[in-house]
Amino acid sequence: MQGNDDMNQMKTADAAVPEEARGLDIHAHADVSNYETTGDPLLDNPKMSARNVNVYYGEKHAIMDVSLDIGGNEVIAMIGPSGCGKSTFLRCLNRMNDTIPICRVKGDIQLDGEDIYHSRQDTVLLRARVGMVFQKPNPFPKSIYENVAYGPRIHGLAHNKIEMDEIVENSLRRASLWEEVKDVLDKPGTGLSGGQQQRLCIARAIAVSPEVILMDEPCSALDPIATARIEELIDELKERFTIAIVTHSMQQAARVSQRTAYFHLGKLIEVGQTKQIFTNPQHELTENYITGRFG
Amino acid sequence: MSNETYKNTALIQASLKKRYAREKRFQWMGRFAVFLGFLFLFILLFDIVGKGLPAFTQQYLLIDLDLSADALDVAPDADAEALSRANYAGVIKSSLRDMFPEVKSRSDKRMLYRLVSVGAEYELRDRVMADPALVGTRQSLWLLAHSEAASYLKGQVDPNSPEAERRVKDAQITWLDQLHADERTKSGFNTQFFTAGDSREPELAGIRVALYGSFLTLAVTFLLAFPIGVCAAVYLEEFAPTNRLTDLIEININNLAAVPSIVFGLLGLAVFINFFEFPRSAPLVGGIVLALMTLPTIIITSRAAIQSVSPSIREAALGVGASKLQAVFHHVLPVAMPGILTGSIIGMAQALGETAPLLMIGMVAFIMDAPAGVTDPATVLPVQVFLWADSPERGFTEKTSAAIMVLMGFLIMMNALAIYLRKRFELK
Ligand SMILES: Nc1ncnc2c1ncn2[C@@H]1O[C@H](COP(=O)(O)OP(=O)(O)OP(=O)(O)O)[C@@H](O)[C@H]1O
Ligand SMILES: [Mg+2]
Repeated sequence: MQGNDDMNQMKTADAAVPEEARGLDIHAHADVSNYETTGDPLLDNPKMSARNVNVYYGEKHAIMDVSLDIGGNEVIAMIGPSGCGKSTFLRCLNRMNDTIPICRVKGDIQLDGEDIYHSRQDTVLLRARVGMVFQKPNPFPKSIYENVAYGPRIHGLAHNKIEMDEIVENSLRRASLWEEVKDVLDKPGTGLSGGQQQRLCIARAIAVSPEVILMDEPCSALDPIATARIEELIDELKERFTIAIVTHSMQQAARVSQRTAYFHLGKLIEVGQTKQIFTNPQHELTENYITGRFG
Repeated sequence: MSNETYKNTALIQASLKKRYAREKRFQWMGRFAVFLGFLFLFILLFDIVGKGLPAFTQQYLLIDLDLSADALDVAPDADAEALSRANYAGVIKSSLRDMFPEVKSRSDKRMLYRLVSVGAEYELRDRVMADPALVGTRQSLWLLAHSEAASYLKGQVDPNSPEAERRVKDAQITWLDQLHADERTKSGFNTQFFTAGDSREPELAGIRVALYGSFLTLAVTFLLAFPIGVCAAVYLEEFAPTNRLTDLIEININNLAAVPSIVFGLLGLAVFINFFEFPRSAPLVGGIVLALMTLPTIIITSRAAIQSVSPSIREAALGVGASKLQAVFHHVLPVAMPGILTGSIIGMAQALGETAPLLMIGMVAFIMDAPAGVTDPATVLPVQVFLWADSPERGFTEKTSAAIMVLMGFLIMMNALAIYLRKRFELK
């Protein structure tokens, strides 16, 4: 009896994890072979636009015919079950997938109307304009200062030490890490806690002032306080930048984003204003997901 | 349900004992293996150090020398030129005869002269030439003992063993005992071992040429193999496309690492000496040959080190807009550097101990003068060890072990360097 009680408690504690582990099986809804994205994925004057994007990992078809626009100065949230291709799609937007030899990207992706997969597109410039915060915190094994200063340094954004110090401090402040690390800037960034590392990575990404910031679950390792700060930061950043954020937290998507895109098994199922998606989802799969019926 | 649970617990408990026993057994086996390894290492070290240590001391004999112009066979006001050709050997011999007037027969006299090293006459010449005022005086000077006499003085010869079995004869033992009783023997640190080149006389032989040769050879090896090896590893690991050609190259590099070193020696002989006509016996050719031999090791270990760097670091660098080259040189290489250095130093240590390929390119010559550059003839430490180990004289046996001690000293230093560099790179 005792054991059973424990089991039940664990299930409720697990409720935050929208994985296959819970309740219904997402694969039961896997038949998305003829579908059209519900809602309107296209915008008038997009910052970035993706058209008919298909991504393959070797034989595996990871993204299927996704078209989606990202407007200037907007925050777009991408949600969906684990393994549905959110990270893959995000990584297409700054050609990070180029680093995976077996990965092939088909389709057309533009930044300010220019094809980023064009053979003349410089990936260095692209990635300076479209920054990224990765799913797993990955600080350089160098000092905290150097982590933040690295981007500005290779791009020549600071002309002297004072300017560099300023960039580093500003970036760390905006990532709400400054107070914690201001006295240990020369300590290795890898010595920070997981959540601090992720904020360091955010500071590193904003230090080069990209036009678009891609965030892959930036808060998955953070406590509620740091999460709230990051969300504030996102609010603040959208004044100047465009942000695409992948998140598993429905509340977070609802709080920070203007538009939300729901992915499912490599397909873009539904796009719409965040409010509409969460209050009145049009597609059955979207509804199932946000109401937690997948488990 | 709960019954089931208890049953499982009982099952697990029953298996625990066995599992722990297995773990214990494994641990003991491991300890035994480590102990055995250390034991052999200790025996080896003990043997080498025991044999080699006496080589670091020299024996001297105090001889009363008659340095009169007559005895030296020069005019009283002889100039330097004449002094350099004076009869120092004669002076030493007659002085020895004076000290032991009872020695009469020719063969006994020859044995008497053998107490003092043939190098003593040159030492005496240098002293007299440095201070010509010595001419015409009588001096008691410490002269270097012959290696056979020295070995008796060091206690390496059992005087009770049959005379035919030892090189120090009974008569010599009597004289040496007498000198010892008169406090006319002393031992001192053997600086000559480090400052002299090779010699046919064990007490005069030193490793200076071999030290210089090893240093120059390794410098050439390192300057060639390290940059080329690391660049090749970086290219193959980070930039090269994966296709048939790179697969073939990879297989060949792995095979090269297993090629016997003497083959590289043959290659060096055929290509560098016969075809390019580089000088024989030179550290330049030795270094090139050893570099070829070390390259596969460096490439393979460097690739492994680069491979083990987490890809997330590369992604992080690329993500802020670093070019591929910047990502590699700013982030991947510093992380991989400890591994690369360890591999390179292992390769260099191999090269330091290599003999066979150097024999092929003639670095086995008898050389007395230290090389001034990479094209001068030289030998290297392991070849010197090889040469001395081949000599029958007892004096060379201890030199062999002493040279091995020096060689091992360098290996330890190289490893210490590797550890130091590792620590430094890891701190950053
Ligand atoms: N490097 C890779 N090689 C092969 N397949 C991959 C690779 N990366 C991702 N995939 C596959 O592509 C699909 C989409 O993966 P992706 O990482 O985009 O999912 P995700 O939506 O980000 O999931 P999560 O929420 O768990 O991060 C998965 O089925 C995964 O197995
Ligand atoms: Mg992901």
